[in-house]
Amino acid sequence: MIIADKKPIEEIIEAIKDYKKILILGCNECVTVCEAGGKKEVEILASALRMYFLNQSKDVKIDEKTLERQCDHEYLEEIRNTVENYDSILSLACGVGVQFTAEKYHSTPVFPGVNTCFLGATEERGVWVERCQACGKCILASTGGICPVSRCAKRILNGPCGGSSKGKCEINKDLACAWQLIIDRLKALGKLDEYEKITPIKDWSTDRAGGPRKVIREDVKQ
Amino acid sequence: MNIKTPSKLEKILASGQLAVTSECGPPRGTNAEEIIKKAKLIKDYVDAINITDNQTSVTRLCSLASCIHLKLMGLEPVLQMVTRDRNRIAIQSDILGAASFGINNILCLSGDHQCFGDCAKGQNVYDLDSMQLLQTVRYMRDEGKFLGGDDIKHPPKMFVGAAENPFADPFEIRAPRLAKKVAAGAEFIQTQCIYNLERFEQWMKLVRDRGLHEKVYILAGVTPLKSAGMAKYMKNKVPGMDVPDEIVKRMASKPKEKQPEEGINICIESIQRLKEIEGVRGFHVMAIEWEEKVPEIVQRAGLYPRPKE
Ligand code: SF4
Repeated sequence: MIIADKKPIEEIIEAIKDYKKILILGCNECVTVCEAGGKKEVEILASALRMYFLNQSKDVKIDEKTLERQCDHEYLEEIRNTVENYDSILSLACGVGVQFTAEKYHSTPVFPGVNTCFLGATEERGVWVERCQACGKCILASTGGICPVSRCAKRILNGPCGGSSKGKCEINKDLACAWQLIIDRLKALGKLDEYEKITPIKDWSTDRAGGPRKVIREDVKQ
Repeated sequence: MNIKTPSKLEKILASGQLAVTSECGPPRGTNAEEIIKKAKLIKDYVDAINITDNQTSVTRLCSLASCIHLKLMGLEPVLQMVTRDRNRIAIQSDILGAASFGINNILCLSGDHQCFGDCAKGQNVYDLDSMQLLQTVRYMRDEGKFLGGDDIKHPPKMFVGAAENPFADPFEIRAPRLAKKVAAGAEFIQTQCIYNLERFEQWMKLVRDRGLHEKVYILAGVTPLKSAGMAKYMKNKVPGMDVPDEIVKRMASKPKEKQPEEGINICIESIQRLKEIEGVRGFHVMAIEWEEKVPEIVQRAGLYPRPKE
């Protein structure tokens, strides 16, 4: 899922302080699971902002709504009739949701309430870790199911680099070296000989390098 | 191993003589005199001089320009190139630029992560890794082609090297990793500084067991320790460095003013012992900001005079 983290409230206030009718818009998908932008976080942020404006003696209306998804036309349509009641939207969805909302409601300012961080998983409650960088050409089949693109600090495809030490990455003693993990895993699978295959130069055109990406599936298109 | 390039380093290695290389770091400014001065100190004692490429990710005068300065002095530079800062266009272009100045040696590295340097908030590139850089240089040289498939008019004739750290983890892939670098095209290897000779000998045995010592020239890396403090720092703080306790103790057992001398003694003893190891074809003496000691080390280690070619 997409992992996001709450923006500092000061930054949010700075963005919305001059608006009078604000809709805080949560999302029921990834940001709910990573506890950054679901119904609960919308409630907490709304109370904090109400408190702030009250202390400032400002009369600001703050409403709350959480959609099933903000990355889907269908769900975003749910606010079609009420959106004109607001002079701004504070979206707690990931960057995708913020943009989709802004595209749909062209004349309403939309502000992000979270920082979208990465594609990852919940390691334990309150700890989320990166596992994928959506490079567009999955190589996990040859790396023992461990991704050097997202987990090696240098995205090295023929690792480890000389900085790998006691299983940890050179950039941080608390970070596992992806290549140590790959080698351990290849060993566990009895496939350590595969380590000696040189991974060829990668086609990064399916990654960020190729510009904004699009997946078109004729078979599911209507 | 047949000679494939105009590199002096390659000729000396192919002749079976022990080669000696060293390295210099470029200045953090535009005064080329700094690098020229360092090169003058060591030039008669080494066969080739590596120029580091923004080492530890600290921005400096570029490796290519520094190599050109050396070349203009009639010396033999080794262009160090990291894949951290350049994409494949810049890499191929710099290789052509270097070769156009007659720079005939390249050392292919991935480079330290940028977080160690002065631009920790910058991007890294890593379009290629060090193995793929080896492949790239070999492809440009041997096939006479760009990665994109077009022909190169006058391909670069470079002798291609890589670094290897016999002490990095995991140990079980140390020899396979070297095999991979050789398969990718490495013709010479400069190792990480060696302090743990036993562990290096174990590694060399694994290397010999696979016959790799006959496919690639291995230059054993040595760095004289300046002080007990430096020994401790290398042991505890530098990732992938193996400094045994005895070495730290031996340095610490001397009074401060005698420690540099002891560091040089240890370095020379190491070279003597490394000379005995089958498959060691030369030495890479990395006297970091201590270039003036290279002549003494080379002489006392019995590696002087250097061959004319
Ligand atoms: S130590 Fe491991 S994870 Fe870190 S950059 Fe090197 S290979 Fe990648």
